[in-house]
Amino acid sequence: MTTDNVPAAPPVSTGGAAPPGDAAKEQRRANRRSRRYQRDTKWSPYGFIAPFFVFFAAFGLFPLLYTGWSALHRVSLHNPNELEWVGFQNFTRLWEDEFFWNALGNTFTIGVISTVPQLLMALGIAHLLNYKLRGSMMFRVAMLTPYATSIAAATLVFAMLYGRDYGLINWALGLVGIDPVSWEAGSWSSQFAVSTIVIWRWTGYNALIYLAAMQAVPHDLYESAALDGASRWKQFIHVTIPSLRPTIIFTVVVSTIGATQLFGEPLLFAGSPAGGSQSQYQTLGLYMYQMGWFNFHLGRAAAIAWTMFMLLILIGLVYWAITRWVNRDTAGKEA
Amino acid sequence: MHGGWLTYTILAIFTVGSLIPLVWQIIAASHSSGRLAQTPPPLWFGDRLFDNLGSAWTDANLGLALLNTTFVAGTITFSTVLFATLAGFSFAKLRFRAKNLLFLLVIGTMMVPPQLTVVPLFMAVSEVGWTDHLQAVILPMMVSAFGVFFMRQYLSQALPTELIEAARVDGAHSLRVVWHVVFPVARPAMAVLGMLTFVAAWNEFFWPIIALTQRNPTVQVALTNLGRGYVPDQGVIMAGALLGTLPLLIAFVLFGKQIVGGIMHGAIKG
Repeated sequence: MTTDNVPAAPPVSTGGAAPPGDAAKEQRRANRRSRRYQRDTKWSPYGFIAPFFVFFAAFGLFPLLYTGWSALHRVSLHNPNELEWVGFQNFTRLWEDEFFWNALGNTFTIGVISTVPQLLMALGIAHLLNYKLRGSMMFRVAMLTPYATSIAAATLVFAMLYGRDYGLINWALGLVGIDPVSWEAGSWSSQFAVSTIVIWRWTGYNALIYLAAMQAVPHDLYESAALDGASRWKQFIHVTIPSLRPTIIFTVVVSTIGATQLFGEPLLFAGSPAGGSQSQYQTLGLYMYQMGWFNFHLGRAAAIAWTMFMLLILIGLVYWAITRWVNRDTAGKEA
Repeated sequence: MHGGWLTYTILAIFTVGSLIPLVWQIIAASHSSGRLAQTPPPLWFGDRLFDNLGSAWTDANLGLALLNTTFVAGTITFSTVLFATLAGFSFAKLRFRAKNLLFLLVIGTMMVPPQLTVVPLFMAVSEVGWTDHLQAVILPMMVSAFGVFFMRQYLSQALPTELIEAARVDGAHSLRVVWHVVFPVARPAMAVLGMLTFVAAWNEFFWPIIALTQRNPTVQVALTNLGRGYVPDQGVIMAGALLGTLPLLIAFVLFGKQIVGGIMHGAIKG
């Protein structure tokens, strides 16, 4: 684009007035251009964000609110558009429902035993990858491949690996003299097995995110720490971890949201929405699916969904409070 | 700092751990179900790979499923990247009323779990008769709050405001600015976002399994059907799982370096 290329304004009827002088014409053209320019700068930002908000309103916000509305009604899957008002009955029934509490507890334990080791290992791996290494790219690509594997494919493979009689894992345990474990039937063993699928898929991905953040840490911080005689471990604790704090918070929040919604892994691990013969690894997401699409109670499924949402908001507030508290703590130290 | 042998050993263990389930999946896909029901489990390739792939292909309707998934993921990726770039540019560089409030709203929507929208979406889809139609899966995923956030972060750093002003002085209207200034600058970030979106859309599970059935499935929906037989054939199941993952795995072999670079680039830096 060059500056001498002034675009001509399109011919516009001047309303039948007598042809004005050249200067006036120029002036009017300039006015028109500046009005059009103002209109453009004023409205185009809204035009650019409009598609997002239109789709979000139609497929995000409206369903979110309507789910809250459905949760106050009896709605059957057979007749999903017939709502019968029942007030808070769907919620009070959840309160008395042992399967709901079971699913809530399972979601929590599976969430913790999948998220905590996953993020700790990712942090450690990222630290190792941050050294100068030969074949470093090969390690990174290999560790990221599980991320490209779908929940369905990964779970089908792990269900076989964890097979009681002919599974590879029990066979390997047998080699070192451990009796076969009934991975799917046990309570802790099945939750452990489901968690390993989550850990397997996401550790490499999180490691890369940590690695990216580590590479942004200035080198002189490490050099001055080394001059002060800090060991590698001390450097990791006192330089790396504090510099990574925003990234760590980000991954913790994202993993928590993911853990609250866990659905595909427990569904496919046994191939049924019950989450095991004793519902021993049924999560909230899975219970909602069973309630809505197998027991046909869409209203109660909606109530479970809203309960999950409120739990997430609660967890979000707790994280927010912790972050503020930690930040105030360090701000005080630095002052 | 260079890594010592311990570093290499630990990384090698994790690498093997990442790859073993995938390698073993191919091994299992090459055996009959009879062989798989024996101890010890097979540790090397058998000769039934192509038979099992063929059975999985027909049993799970995988030809149609792969075609559907490619179309769904492609459409979602295109629209997500386009709309996220437009909105991200607007939030990063333009001035307008209620901008901060609207951006806060975008961030807030990232917290909404898909479970919350599924019941009404299902009602709407069954009302208009879109059960089993691909638009039921595509439409709710055409935009992404994460995408808007991501493009805004990138453009507020990578796009110099002077560049926009210069184009403005030249008399370019907004769409021209977007086409000639924003898109060229945003291209690397658009590639990263497109890749992340494609992988996520390809692997999307929760909503498709509710909106679609085996008559017109995506790959993930088709795979759930494989394990459901009375006596499921494990070799065929593994072959199906392999076929469903294959396109992304091939992309990893070909573009692994760029994909890793993209993910690291897209990460939130500390």
